[in-house]
Amino acid sequence: MFMVIGSNMTEAHPVASTFLKNAVQNGAGLIVVDPRKHKLVDFANLHLPLKVGSDIALLNGLMNVLITEDLYDHEFVERCCDDFEALKACAMTYPPERAAEISGIDAETIKKTARLLASVKPVMVCYTLGITEHTCGKNNVMSIANLQMLLGNMGVECGGVNPLRGQNNVQGACDMGALPNVFPGYQAVIDAKSREKFAKAWGVEKLPDKNGLMIPQMMDGLVDKKVRGFYIFGENLANTEPDIRKVEHELASAEFMVCQDIFENETTRFADVVFPAAAWSENDGTFTNSERRVSRVRTASPAPGYAQPNWWIFKQIAKRMGHNWKSDSAQEIWDNEISVLAPNLGGIKYLRIEKDGLQWPCPTEAHPGTPILHMEGRFTKGKGSFMAVEWTPPAEVPDEEYPFVLSTGRRLYHYHTRTQTGRCEGLNEVLGEETADISIADAKALDIAHNEMIKVYSRRGEVKVRARVTPEVPEGMVWMAFHFREGNANWLTNPAFDPNTLTAEYKACAVALAKI
Amino acid sequence: MMQQSNSIIINGHTCLFEPGETILEVAQRYRIDIPTLCHLKGTTPTGACRICIVEMEGRKDLIASCTTPAAEGMVIRTESPKVISHRKTILELMLNSGNHNCAIGSSKEESWTDFQMKTLVNDQNEDLCPAWGDCELQNLAYRYQVKGRTTGEPQPAMMVPAERDNPFIIRDSTRCILCGRCVAACNQVQVNRAIDFGYRGSDSKIIAGTDDTLMGSDCVFCGECVQACPVGALVEKKAMGHGRPWETQKIRTTCPYCGVGCQQLLHVKDKKIVKVTGVEDGAPNMGRLCIKGRFGYDFIYSKERLLTPLIRGNAGNGNADEDNDGTGKKGKLRPATWDEALDLVAQKFTEIIENHGPDALAGVSCARSINEDSYQMQKLFRAVFKTNNIDHCART
Repeated sequence: MFMVIGSNMTEAHPVASTFLKNAVQNGAGLIVVDPRKHKLVDFANLHLPLKVGSDIALLNGLMNVLITEDLYDHEFVERCCDDFEALKACAMTYPPERAAEISGIDAETIKKTARLLASVKPVMVCYTLGITEHTCGKNNVMSIANLQMLLGNMGVECGGVNPLRGQNNVQGACDMGALPNVFPGYQAVIDAKSREKFAKAWGVEKLPDKNGLMIPQMMDGLVDKKVRGFYIFGENLANTEPDIRKVEHELASAEFMVCQDIFENETTRFADVVFPAAAWSENDGTFTNSERRVSRVRTASPAPGYAQPNWWIFKQIAKRMGHNWKSDSAQEIWDNEISVLAPNLGGIKYLRIEKDGLQWPCPTEAHPGTPILHMEGRFTKGKGSFMAVEWTPPAEVPDEEYPFVLSTGRRLYHYHTRTQTGRCEGLNEVLGEETADISIADAKALDIAHNEMIKVYSRRGEVKVRARVTPEVPEGMVWMAFHFREGNANWLTNPAFDPNTLTAEYKACAVALAKI
Repeated sequence: MMQQSNSIIINGHTCLFEPGETILEVAQRYRIDIPTLCHLKGTTPTGACRICIVEMEGRKDLIASCTTPAAEGMVIRTESPKVISHRKTILELMLNSGNHNCAIGSSKEESWTDFQMKTLVNDQNEDLCPAWGDCELQNLAYRYQVKGRTTGEPQPAMMVPAERDNPFIIRDSTRCILCGRCVAACNQVQVNRAIDFGYRGSDSKIIAGTDDTLMGSDCVFCGECVQACPVGALVEKKAMGHGRPWETQKIRTTCPYCGVGCQQLLHVKDKKIVKVTGVEDGAPNMGRLCIKGRFGYDFIYSKERLLTPLIRGNAGNGNADEDNDGTGKKGKLRPATWDEALDLVAQKFTEIIENHGPDALAGVSCARSINEDSYQMQKLFRAVFKTNNIDHCART
């Protein structure tokens, strides 16, 4: 059985969804938890159209039923988990009736869902940004892990907590230490031994010992001048970050800004220097997918003009600042540096991934890779800890002035800000502009016709956009993407962040609609 | 010789089988070639095309190997005279059922018959079938030396113009052999349920929605049906005229879009990608792709690509140009050499570090680019600039 929560798989991860649909056709059960009635709902045994941002209340409600009706996996909980009592105490404060009041899913359905989840083993939970892009994003993830541990669905094939990662190499960028707190392979920068190891490998005396800034802190720093030089590699922040007006003010405040990209875009307008980069299929390398599988990327075409591979550009800057780096190809960087320095990648070498990639952890060259983590309930840290979490509402909720909740995401036919897909023949033909997706009931109440140009506005900005009246969207919700500069949802979104991860609340802010 | 249990004999070879395996599956494991057309791996066998028929000892009629489970002691012949004769008949019927103009000796127009010229009228752009050289029916026609009909009047079904109103897939029912692979690909593999068999008997054809165009149906243009089509009934529009199959080099790579990491085969001619297909049996996608993976490759050839480094008019030299677009930046970006741009960046970053400390620098890496690039950028920030202010969009 599957539970898909906060994930519109058929549009955001189309090929992954085909395997899920195959399993459903072969008899697997499917529970979809999502405010929208997206395509996967057609295949579901149960659809729980919860209110935006009420996930924790619903999940705690499910766990309440599992504990009250004694449906959970005692053996797994006792053998593999810590802090059950704390979880139980928390879940007991979310009886189905209370969970129903917060989530909008009636108590009977919550009970039925809990019983259904407990009736089958294993259950695989898949989630995407519908879970993480909230001010309670981290707690949402914890809550899903709590549920799966309680059901004993961890460490088994077709079980587990499975984030479907958004971008082709977002997993890899994390693994590589493009994060302010860890070196490649998740080795902490505040750990002296790790610093010593990397300093030695990189031929430097010492390395900075405190955690760096996360993106929203960097952006703030541009305004208060704590950050003066800003280097943006392959990101179109001016369209992708919440509250475009604020973001553009921050970018305009940079003292010296460097962009490295394959196209000019809304962000390069703010740059002092732009480096032209080689694109996908113009140089060799590796991507790491959602399954932690490291796969090869190969060269098909030469880079145009004077464009150069990104690793080459970084190497040239290092050289001009007195550092001569040895590796001179992506393969040398991977085989001689990355896989040597990151223990989990130690066994992955280019020679081994000529065909199918390998899934880390893969510590030695004889290791076959690890498709499933936490096998037999052995968590990395020993016992898995339940982390009791309380529901918190989104930072901005609808009110009289802004009565709709805006949720944002990606559509099938484009990718992010269309720097790539907007330049592929045909894709603009199948989706040529942004729409505001609204419910039939709301359209009727506001006298808005399908395809009519309307105004959507929030406390931060307004956009004019065509209404797409659809049964997918529940009453009281507006759903938009951020593919087009015109009508980009990020003119409206709220720059409120999860306090731990500083992930923005793209899935919930308050907006109003008006006819033009 | 003692018979091993769970074994059958194919063309004199003893082949072991797992219970439930079909004769075709056993043969394929032993690399014994039985031709197929309607068979699509991983989907329910239909036995529709009958081309995989084989002869079984002790049985008068020929049996479809794709639907018949192997059973202890079967003695199978896959290329007996009887089998070959039947296959020839099947191929002849298929070739005659539609617009299959490949089986002619010459491409010179004067050697073409009226029949062939008439069926070509509706082809619009192509003299030859676009699948020419990449067609399983053509391959079988050659293998068994079968020629299609070249005289008489074309049937009305052969005169239906191809559907070309969407940007991705050309759908030509006159070349369809009704094998049903596209239907299986759409309904059983991708489960988009956009196309199916429609009508009955001789009117039978593949329909989208309620016999609509693909654009007017639930089709999401994943192109799985094109990859499955054994003939020229479904072809990639973007690849048309950009190279024949034998002219292209096939390069395996990983898709640049979402986090699934689908394995693609880039069909490359003269160092340019002309078509993309899924890597059959490659993990994790087992040959499947979506619309972006299959058709979203040509952005790299855009005329808007950045070709040289660019430097802001006043950057580094203090020109007092006007702020022209509300970005707070003065002057326009102008082309520069690598040395000029790299020197300027190194100089500016060095100045900032000297005047304000290394933490006055911050960088955002790219979740779209390769691992090696992200590694190199964080190394630059940590080892050279001496700051941990490096992040990427995993959080936003």
